[in-house]
Amino acid sequence: MNHKKVFNTIGLLLIIEGILLLLPAAVGLVYREPRAMSAFLLSAGVSATVGGVLVAFLRPKNNVIYAKDGFAIVSIAWIAMSAFGALPFVLSGEIPNYIDAFFETVSGFTTTGASVLSSVEDKTHAVLFWRSFTHWIGGMGVIVFMMAILSSISDRSIHIMRAEMPGPTVGKLVPRTKDTAKILYLIYVGLTVVQVILLLCGGMPFFDSLLHTFGTAGTGGFGVRNDSIGSYSSYLTNVITVFMLLFGINFNLYYLLLVGKFKAVLKSTELWCYLAIAAVAAGIITLNILPGYESAGKAIEDAAFQVASVMTTTGFSTTDFNLWPSLSKAILLILMFVGACAGSTGGGLKVSRVMILFKLIFRELRQMLHPRSVNSVKFEGKPVETATLNSVATYFVVYVVCLAGAFLALCFEPGFDFETNFTATVACFNNIGPGFGGVGPASNFSAYSGFSKLVLSAAMLLGRLEIFPLILACSPSTWKRK
Amino acid sequence: MKIIVVGCGKIGTTIIESLVSEGHDVVAVDSNKSAVDEVGNIYDVMCLCGNGVDWETLSEAGVEKAELFVAVTGSDEFNMLSCYIARRMGARHTVARIRNPEYNDRSLSYMRQMLDISLPLNPELFTAHEAFNTLKLQSAVNIETFSQRNLEMVELIINEGCRLDGCSLMELKKRYRADYLICAVKRGSEVIVPGGNFVLRRGDKIGLVAAPNGISKIIKMLGFADKQAKSVIILGASMTAFYLAKLLVASGNSVKIIDKSEERCRTFAERIPEAVVICGDGAEQEVLLEEGLDKADAFVTLTGMDEENILISFFAASREVPKIITKVNRSELAEMAEKLGLNSVVSPRKIVSDILIRYARALENSLGSNVETLYKLMDSEVEALEFNVSEDFEGRGIPLKDMKFKPNLIIAGIIRKRKPFIPTGDDVILSGDKVVVVASGQKFIDLSDILGQR
Repeated sequence: MNHKKVFNTIGLLLIIEGILLLLPAAVGLVYREPRAMSAFLLSAGVSATVGGVLVAFLRPKNNVIYAKDGFAIVSIAWIAMSAFGALPFVLSGEIPNYIDAFFETVSGFTTTGASVLSSVEDKTHAVLFWRSFTHWIGGMGVIVFMMAILSSISDRSIHIMRAEMPGPTVGKLVPRTKDTAKILYLIYVGLTVVQVILLLCGGMPFFDSLLHTFGTAGTGGFGVRNDSIGSYSSYLTNVITVFMLLFGINFNLYYLLLVGKFKAVLKSTELWCYLAIAAVAAGIITLNILPGYESAGKAIEDAAFQVASVMTTTGFSTTDFNLWPSLSKAILLILMFVGACAGSTGGGLKVSRVMILFKLIFRELRQMLHPRSVNSVKFEGKPVETATLNSVATYFVVYVVCLAGAFLALCFEPGFDFETNFTATVACFNNIGPGFGGVGPASNFSAYSGFSKLVLSAAMLLGRLEIFPLILACSPSTWKRK
Repeated sequence: MKIIVVGCGKIGTTIIESLVSEGHDVVAVDSNKSAVDEVGNIYDVMCLCGNGVDWETLSEAGVEKAELFVAVTGSDEFNMLSCYIARRMGARHTVARIRNPEYNDRSLSYMRQMLDISLPLNPELFTAHEAFNTLKLQSAVNIETFSQRNLEMVELIINEGCRLDGCSLMELKKRYRADYLICAVKRGSEVIVPGGNFVLRRGDKIGLVAAPNGISKIIKMLGFADKQAKSVIILGASMTAFYLAKLLVASGNSVKIIDKSEERCRTFAERIPEAVVICGDGAEQEVLLEEGLDKADAFVTLTGMDEENILISFFAASREVPKIITKVNRSELAEMAEKLGLNSVVSPRKIVSDILIRYARALENSLGSNVETLYKLMDSEVEALEFNVSEDFEGRGIPLKDMKFKPNLIIAGIIRKRKPFIPTGDDVILSGDKVVVVASGQKFIDLSDILGQR
């Protein structure tokens, strides 16, 4: 493995994080929060220095990287970013415990939105800004961001992109990886700006609009109020519903829209399936919760918002859905697993994987009925290769195993009921945020012990990076010199 | 520039590699999924798995906006059709690999016109031409011509007892007055653009530039053997061998071709009656000796197997054949063969990719860059760039010795009114000239880039 190149790249990334940490410091300056500001400045300094040392002392002899280097870069980068990103929370004294701060930062970068804070309204603007900003950066990917702004890291940077971007297969939009990264970020920034403007039009203050947009764009879920989105007007709620769904769509489709290939977008079966699942789920939940509501309009609004929020793995809430009937909760739980589209900022299994898995089931059934029949699985009009089918099936198995492992580890801690532990694991693993029971939208994760928080942090990282990069980076054969 | 390459075989991959390193946006297309995936893993290109003739695949690759379309699959007909369709769909220029000799005679120009192909690529023919050029001068290991054959560069090796051994370039110029220039020296694996105080040593490989009509005289004057090869033995009745034999026969050489396959031997005997065709295993030393390897002026190995070519060339070298040319396709093997002492190695993949890069540069030139053409010399370590001097070049009219150049470059030739000459310190560059700059390890886009900071 190319150790020098791996750590050199991580160094670059830490320098970039140092620069990004200056933004909340600026926010602190604007809102006159000297303590938070100095905490951010100090963290920026630490991060940039460590990065600078890595870059200066580890100059790679060659730029060649292979798939395993890509996995290693991405895994270490995410852990390092979270470790340094947690510093300002501790230094400013607003989350004094480092493990809590680490949990919060991982939750931010992985766009989970699970919080240990029981109240956010008493926190400084700078800290709130950084919390939400980590969502925005983590949504599209930290390293994709680096690739977009720096000159080519390596000819083979596709390995890094593949390790970081979610979905069964990762393709390029244009020949160069750098240009692809740029286009993705331009679309991302474009959608973000539109949402901020629309929120401003609805009378939301600028700071709140910005932070809620960060939370929506990265499908994260950190907000600025204790009741999340609950106290905003129905216009604002609906804008956020629509944008959550928009950020859950495969970004390649936006590119196709930009270059005028409308027909290709309309032909995307994943898009239609995604929208259909969301519509059906929202419909059933509306009917289910209607008795508890005064007007049908409000019920539809809440149902749609919650479905969009859970399915895209954002995790905002307008109401305490923990109090909903169990049918609605069951549907939401299933949606947590399904997740958003591949190539979006959302988490979960991804709609395309679920579709392929179902097609595999049907193929298997057909094969049992007609043992001699030859069947192929088609997706988006093209036959899916055996290698991709295998990786989807394997991914599902590994996903279940990891989920079960994290759940088991969590259950060692006494004092939590089954529902709380299970949904906490599911919500973290799929990068949603709130679960049910003791970790429902009205409560938070602060009650868990440090060990459990680390387990959940690991679950969040596994979910965001789609398991394999982290497992492979931990395997000794990746690190052998020869 | 946006370039689409159909076919990710050996040639295709080499072309993609050099196009990417030139900074082009490349889309690679192949119907073999694992081939395109491999290319996508190694190079920064977009990959498409599909049929290169299929409209849908081509439009997905973005043919309408492609500046250059290259079809280099193994099938000539496929390449032609693919180029034709791409051209109809809006690709600006098309390049097709066409290697069947039947298409490469008179019918080629007709087909080119009808199919609107900008550049037909025939790796075998190009390789044969390169081998033929090298055979013309016995002591030269390689010959390259620039600017429409106005200038030539020969690569020579300084052997023991050579007059140049231990001579500085300044002395050399004093001792042998003529119109020539040593523009690059390869010592070990390092390539140097030498200054006047540079002392030549045994084992150096030098690049000497001169006008083509005087070059053989200059080489003789410097004490290199200058005999044109008369009797040539070619091993392997390949397509390249066919083209080379034809060229050699046409220029009056005696040619002997050795191949194992009787069928191929028969075809050769029918097509080139002037050549002697021997059916026998070239790997057997007895066969080679019996056919007069010891007395041959030159020995060319052109079988399809790199390893066989290299090993048999070593045998020929041990029999002290004056000139040995070895065809090696895989670039890493070519490097190794040169390191081990085979001087004249021709590599079809490299030749083709160089030609394509030259073509792409010329296209880009029409899009604003000032580089007329580019040549890669001395195993691609040095580049020779040809510039058109425009009105606004600030170094116009200043004697070369008063100009400040960046290090590691040299003005190797000036072509004024179609007449080439090798400049000295007192010469000046005028607008309208063509200037050949030889440089190592740098990239220039404009002629003014060669000037250093003042």
